Amino acid sequence: MAAPKKGRSAGAQSKPGRSLALILIAIAALTGGMFASGHTKPRLGIDLAGGTSITLRAVAEPGQESAINKTNMDTAVEIMERRVNGLGVSESEVQTQGDENIIVNIPKGTNSKEARDQVGTTAKLYFRPVLTTEISGADAAATPTPSASSSASGDSTDKATSSASPSGSTSPSPSSTTQGRAVTDALKADPTPSTSASSSASPSASSSASGDQATSALEAQYAKLDCTKEAVRAKAGDGAKPTDPTVACGQNSSGQWQKYILGPAEVDGTDVDEAQAVWNAQNAAGWTVTMKFTGSGGKKFANITGKLAKNQPPQNQFAIVLDGEVVSDPSVSEALTGGNAEISGNFTQQSAESLANMLSYGALPLTFQEDSVTTVTAALGGEQLKAGLIAGAIGLALVVIYLLVYYRGLSIIAILSLLVSAALTYTIMSLLGPTIGFALNLPAVCGAIVAIGITADSFIVYFERVRDEIREGRSLRPAVERAWPRARRTILVSDFVSFLAAAVLFIVTVGKVQGFAFTLGLTTLLDVVVVFLFTKPLLTLLARSKFFGSGHSWSGLDPKRLGAQPPLRRTRRPSAPVETKEA
Amino acid sequence: MSKLGNLGARLHRGEVGYDFVGNRKIWYGLSILITITAIVGLAVRGLNMGIEFQGGAVFNTPKTSVSVSQAQEYAEKASGHDAIVQKLGSGDKATLRIQVAGIDTKQADKVSAQLAKDLGVAEKDVTGELVGPSWGEQIANKAWQGLGIFLVLVVIYLAIAFEWRMALAAFVALIHDITITVGIYALVGFEVTPGTVIGLLTILGYSLYDTVVVFDSLKEQTKDITKQTRWTYSDIANRSINSTLVRSINTTVVALLPVAGLLFIGGGFLGAGMLNDISLSLFVGLAAGAYSSIFIATPLVADLKEREPQMKALKKRVLAKRAQASTQGEAPDAPAADEPFDDEPDDATPAVVGPRNQPASRNRGRGRPSGKRR
Repeated sequence: MAAPKKGRSAGAQSKPGRSLALILIAIAALTGGMFASGHTKPRLGIDLAGGTSITLRAVAEPGQESAINKTNMDTAVEIMERRVNGLGVSESEVQTQGDENIIVNIPKGTNSKEARDQVGTTAKLYFRPVLTTEISGADAAATPTPSASSSASGDSTDKATSSASPSGSTSPSPSSTTQGRAVTDALKADPTPSTSASSSASPSASSSASGDQATSALEAQYAKLDCTKEAVRAKAGDGAKPTDPTVACGQNSSGQWQKYILGPAEVDGTDVDEAQAVWNAQNAAGWTVTMKFTGSGGKKFANITGKLAKNQPPQNQFAIVLDGEVVSDPSVSEALTGGNAEISGNFTQQSAESLANMLSYGALPLTFQEDSVTTVTAALGGEQLKAGLIAGAIGLALVVIYLLVYYRGLSIIAILSLLVSAALTYTIMSLLGPTIGFALNLPAVCGAIVAIGITADSFIVYFERVRDEIREGRSLRPAVERAWPRARRTILVSDFVSFLAAAVLFIVTVGKVQGFAFTLGLTTLLDVVVVFLFTKPLLTLLARSKFFGSGHSWSGLDPKRLGAQPPLRRTRRPSAPVETKEA
Repeated sequence: MSKLGNLGARLHRGEVGYDFVGNRKIWYGLSILITITAIVGLAVRGLNMGIEFQGGAVFNTPKTSVSVSQAQEYAEKASGHDAIVQKLGSGDKATLRIQVAGIDTKQADKVSAQLAKDLGVAEKDVTGELVGPSWGEQIANKAWQGLGIFLVLVVIYLAIAFEWRMALAAFVALIHDITITVGIYALVGFEVTPGTVIGLLTILGYSLYDTVVVFDSLKEQTKDITKQTRWTYSDIANRSINSTLVRSINTTVVALLPVAGLLFIGGGFLGAGMLNDISLSLFVGLAAGAYSSIFIATPLVADLKEREPQMKALKKRVLAKRAQASTQGEAPDAPAADEPFDDEPDDATPAVVGPRNQPASRNRGRGRPSGKRR
């Protein structure tokens, strides 16, 4: 097996000083790197630092199970990250874990609820035609002016989808409702007409044209809808099928809430191939969002824009609905064929990018389910960290006492080795924070504490071997060398098994288990490093000292105390370095 | 130390020793009994699955003077579901841990807000863990998956590093440890949380540690077993256990000490939570692991080995020789008595008697006559 053999190169311990120097240089370098990088403490996980941790699981659309793949998950992570960081939470992190999980960690002191809303929502993107829209809220509530002549409005050509006829009497809204408008790549119309043209029209509540029950129910719903209330907003259009008309809310560019009645979805998010925010320098349109549709999506989009272009405002608008909320409602002035479209308006870079992200996000045939949400206050986190540290200190102290009692002088080597191991673990953990995003969480602390035992076990295996050799009647120096190949093999085999367990856990599991497995794997590796490069050379060196070499009764290697055999034939044999061999 | 050190020396020389292999039937019986108890306990009582496996919410309140029953009333009113309230800590410093099963993450928000209002604390100070119903299942599934993959890999590894019999014995010991741990959880009614699963999975690697140490010594000492007629495989296996006994005890104690520290702090200081859950299952599993590597795994290897025709033949020869020796009126070749007189410093195998009595054949086995080595 690979593991036991790997030790051989380091096995020849003729130059113990070199190994010791190597490991001390390594520690110095790691410590130096730690201070140079400015990360002198391991990054703390949410459960120790406080904050909110959300675990989301991707659920694929039926028949699209292959959609849960790395590319799609990465896109989702990127969008969620932007969504969360868009809230002004710069320290939050979004990561994939395993194949189908996304972990969102939001540090303390931020509005975790808002962040949860952002990441936890199902991303469902539809393009729906706007049937009617108005500013929602107290002011707007009084505005509706039902028009009796609505049915007479001859402009409504889109009868198949229109359930509420447009009202002839327009009551101009205080602000522009459009966030942008869709045009072809050759943007021709200047923004002004579209802005004014898309002023919200009053709904015709008494629309005589529609006798349909569902429609009137929808209108009643619409009339009641108050988008300024969050709870109402969240429920608006709940459970609406893409094929049904629905009501929805959306925020316009000036931050006002607007309500809509929307027709059935004509194009859905999966029809968008890609979307990008582009700075359009050509015709001074500013930030725009370009969309590229899939083949069938392009046709559908051409179809809907063709129909919409013939309509009067606001029915020439389509709404981009993400998760039931209108994120953009561009108007259309002509049929957009060719599978490409550009949305322009008064975008900032941020809003353009955000829209582009939502558009590409909507293309993912994935929904995300909130699997677990953990909120930890900073106080509780601190307490848990403290508890973990105390537990570690107690564990370490117990091990040290046991080793001292049992191994006496020899335990100095074990304790020094433990300290070296601890120093390496600490520096590497600190450095892994910024490099691979490793965060120390409670299970990881737990793993580190458990690792104290594993590390000390390696020393015990070796020490017992040395003692066995002394019991055979050997003097310390040959005993140290003779015991090493055996002990080495045992240590490698058992560490390999431990590492295997940690690696399997790390790859297979999610969440907290992973942090635990990572620490365990790391410390197991370090255990091998420390035993090979520190414990063994140090013991070789110390075996030359009088205290250990002559078997002082406090050295833990006293032949008499160990009940060694009298070295009957020892005199015949030179105590020259024994050749080490693999047993 | 000196007593233990002495014991170590005597164990090492084989002056004292326990016949682990000879008495294996007792230990097998005991283990089977424990295993059956564990399985019955599991079947009858089932596992007390934590909120993480049912879906629901766990709220931790800041220090409050509200009583447990009152908090329970509040929680049940706020959620409409049964609530379990635990008090962590004592006196005025007590915080409450409120578990409500069966609510989803959306409802939990409202419950949390309502609870904060009822308990008179700020909403942001109520921490919570909201778990969807499939989360625990997912963790458990992954754990099973991990367990399966690990078992396959480790059996393959041990079969290569040692031999298939040892791999099989280690596998049985591992299953044994996990069954016992799970059984204890069922019988005592400890709550099973993801932390428990973590602990249980760690036992995987760890319970094998001792087993590997014993097997390593066993492998080494039985290398040239067929070239002698004094010891059967079981004799040597027994010797391996005895000679590594001090090591096994030490490694187990040292492994258990930090876990005990964790358990003490996790249980005493924090009351409940991750630390406690991990360390509890680790503690039980490690103890079971130490037991099984000595009493189950190695005797099992000996049992399996003795079935080999080669080993059967060896046993016959050994028994014949012993019978012959006793009929000739010679002192029977009791292994323990023999050892102290038979020290061969030349032998690279420190711990065992059997092979050491055949230095020549051993060294020939390595293609290295003893004379040249020193």
